[in-house]
Amino acid sequence: MLAEYTGVLVILVLGVVVACAMLGIHLLLGPRRKFAGKHEPFECGESQIVSPRRRYAVKFYMVAILFVVFDVEAIFFYPWGAVFQDLGWFGFMAMFIFTIPLAIGLIYEWMKGGLEW
Amino acid sequence: MTPLMHGFVWGLVIATVLVTIAVLSIWFERKFSARMQSRLGPTLVGPAGILQLVADALKMMQKEDLIPEKADSILFRLAPPFTVLFTLSVAAVIPFSENVLAADLDIGVLFMLAVGGLVVFPVWIAGWSSNNKYALLGAMRAVAQGIAYEIPLVLSAMVPVVLAQSMRFSDIISVQAETHWFVIWPLGPGLIAFVIFFICSLAEANRIPFDIPEAESELVAGVTTEYAGMRFGLLQMAEYLHTLIASAVAAAIFFGGWDGPFAPGLHWMVLKTLALFFTIFWIRWSLVRFRSDQLMALCWKYLLPLSLLLVMVAALFVHYCGVGA
Repeated sequence: MLAEYTGVLVILVLGVVVACAMLGIHLLLGPRRKFAGKHEPFECGESQIVSPRRRYAVKFYMVAILFVVFDVEAIFFYPWGAVFQDLGWFGFMAMFIFTIPLAIGLIYEWMKGGLEW
Repeated sequence: MTPLMHGFVWGLVIATVLVTIAVLSIWFERKFSARMQSRLGPTLVGPAGILQLVADALKMMQKEDLIPEKADSILFRLAPPFTVLFTLSVAAVIPFSENVLAADLDIGVLFMLAVGGLVVFPVWIAGWSSNNKYALLGAMRAVAQGIAYEIPLVLSAMVPVVLAQSMRFSDIISVQAETHWFVIWPLGPGLIAFVIFFICSLAEANRIPFDIPEAESELVAGVTTEYAGMRFGLLQMAEYLHTLIASAVAAAIFFGGWDGPFAPGLHWMVLKTLALFFTIFWIRWSLVRFRSDQLMALCWKYLLPLSLLLVMVAALFVHYCGVGA
């Protein structure tokens, strides 16, 4: 039932209220004195040498790709886990077979050096 | 009380109490870390320096709300409130006793993981919109670490789900109350799953030893580099809330939640949560940080296969011995 979700809604609203109140008071009390140097990006006292909008190590993207594969798998696990007892041996074998290709994928990734940072 | 009123009242109470404890814990951590390093910590403001928090909050509020010129100003402003919002939402499904719970969802554990997992988005947005290379590098590392450790986290949180045959938090705790806490029995899978869950929670919350995203010596302050005043305060509060809520979840699904002798359930749940919360501080001030390659290797090569195996072992246990054997 949707009535169960009242608590979630209340906490969401409360989170918004707390954040807005804190930032609101902050905006009211805080000074606003503008000068050029203050609004530059932080760079240990230098002016910004290079823009941060540039290419980054591909390793980060590898992690993201691996994440997609395994997180989808983990979400498939959940409904199975909650009703596993009713599915019995058949359910266990089905999930086991489902896991094998993923395990092979992980091992392949490992051997190819995809897990090395 | 109607379900609507129940959700309303307890939602209000739980959120308020958790935010208060999270803020108080900042004082506690300063005192505790000071003791560990043979210092005194805050002493001047109030008895034992406990009003230092109020002083800090007032100071933060009186700072200028600084938005760097090159930053994407809308995203930059929105990110900190959203970190708090997503972190706090998880608290809705955690039961603190039979009655003290805001929302007893039948998909509780899944909700906890899904909403808790959203926190990487505001962190990434904060780092990206700052337009500062320290912030961006910090965000890159935070997201890489957050999503990598999400997988063992999801799989280890599944062990109690399989053992209790339910995703509802109150069902998981009832099964433990009737039999044993999952951390004790079944011998092995429960304890190892708890350790994995705990390690992953530390990594998700960017706590030491997993604080490479905000490594002060190289990245200044990571994602929070460009933030000033209360927006920085919100980001910091979200971090402490995250740790507190992760300890509450661990207490509920592995340590039997409200189950315990002599005292009312609420006391036990609070005690267990705070004990785990304290452990996190203890770890933080005892260890040094991992390198990126070490923590990625730990996640993908050890925790992931191990947690997959644990789910299978738990399933076999339920198949042969039944729920709550």
